Amino acid sequence: MKLKEKILTKSLWVYHLSAGSCNNCDIEILDCLTPRFDIERFGMQLVGSIRHADVLLITGAMNKKSAKILKSLYEQAPKPLFVAAVGTCPCSQHMFKGSYPMLSALDEIIPVDVYIPGCPPKPEAIIAGIAKLINKLTAKDKKG
Amino acid sequence: MIKMILQYLIFPGLAFCFFMGAMGFWLERKLTARFQYRVGPPWYQNFIDVMKLFLKETMIPRDATKTIFIASPIISLSAVILVSIILANNYFLNISFIGDVIVILYLLLIPSLFIILGALSSKNPLALVGAARETKLMLAYEFVFIASLIIAIIKSGNSIMMADIIGIQILNKPNIASFSGAIAFVLAIFYAQAKLGIVPFDMAEAEQEIMAGTVIEYSGPLLGFYKISKLMLYFSLPLFIISLFVKISVESAFLRYLIFFAEYILIIFIMSVIKNINPRLRIKDALGFFWFLLFPLGILGIILAQFGL
Repeated sequence: MKLKEKILTKSLWVYHLSAGSCNNCDIEILDCLTPRFDIERFGMQLVGSIRHADVLLITGAMNKKSAKILKSLYEQAPKPLFVAAVGTCPCSQHMFKGSYPMLSALDEIIPVDVYIPGCPPKPEAIIAGIAKLINKLTAKDKKG
Repeated sequence: MIKMILQYLIFPGLAFCFFMGAMGFWLERKLTARFQYRVGPPWYQNFIDVMKLFLKETMIPRDATKTIFIASPIISLSAVILVSIILANNYFLNISFIGDVIVILYLLLIPSLFIILGALSSKNPLALVGAARETKLMLAYEFVFIASLIIAIIKSGNSIMMADIIGIQILNKPNIASFSGAIAFVLAIFYAQAKLGIVPFDMAEAEQEIMAGTVIEYSGPLLGFYKISKLMLYFSLPLFIISLFVKISVESAFLRYLIFFAEYILIIFIMSVIKNINPRLRIKDALGFFWFLLFPLGILGIILAQFGL
């Protein structure tokens, strides 16, 4: 069982969904792939299809339209799937809370594994968040 | 009997080909990373990726034709395993049979064919676009590959047996040391590039335009089968090129393996350089490149080979 978690966390394929973001967080996610940060050395890579994904990376405050897409994407993804909320918007809806197209917070729609707040979070913060996710997975394993 | 099973399963068969292919693919990823001043993945990354895919769930789309959707990765993988075993036994143990060049040619077609079928059966519009592109690309590169194969066959005195093609190079000199042989080598490199879907010819799986193209609906173990077949092709295609054109014979076995690995690394390096200095071609440009540039070159090579150059 521990081996399984180890293998899963060594090769996280990330699917990036922008659920109505202002694009700042998306740019910071792309920064993680640049030579300065290079997340490929941890075995992570961005994939184009949700069917290949291990991590669903969500940026942006949820609105009514993207909530539907998000739900269907979550159902289409092969499990085990981890959900990461990048930026303050998906974590707490930021300044869009209570505005008319907004439905609810992200974690009221699908379960979220790791929150990475910041507007936008630095690439270091995103990598630290993913490291927290990995720690959480292996720690959970130690208990069980 | 046990020796034969070991030959097929361990060395120089399945396990060896898979290991070498994974290392070759890692080398390609690492070289790409170094070209971009990145660090790149650790050496065991591809093994971990494959193992992870087998831990995941398999999703089958509701509209998909289930039998073909499930069967095509498996058939594709089995064809690749077969062709790898034939090629590796040929190169390392000199086990050959009459007409195996033709068998290899057919078996190398099967993976692409079943990738197309699998994509079509998944009923995903992006997969359909990918399948259409893959079909056109196949039409483009098969021509060129057959031209390069004909040059090697003419060089060996019109024999369609791998042992003869390898043997004539041991007797005289490697095929690449002549004009026609060099042309055929270049054609074969571009063929391998297109077959493996490396960057100038990766329009069938173009990540940025059509997501993952032909494999978009595949997940879990089925994607793992595709991944393994791609990894094994990473070894068997360079192996095929080496045995057709650059078989260098030396007395000591150690030196022979050393030369083989050096050649393998060199071919991966060449493909990686082509990958990193080129953008993705449009399908039209790829067809033009193969049909109007490389194919006349192949015809020229065949004529030169007929005159013994």
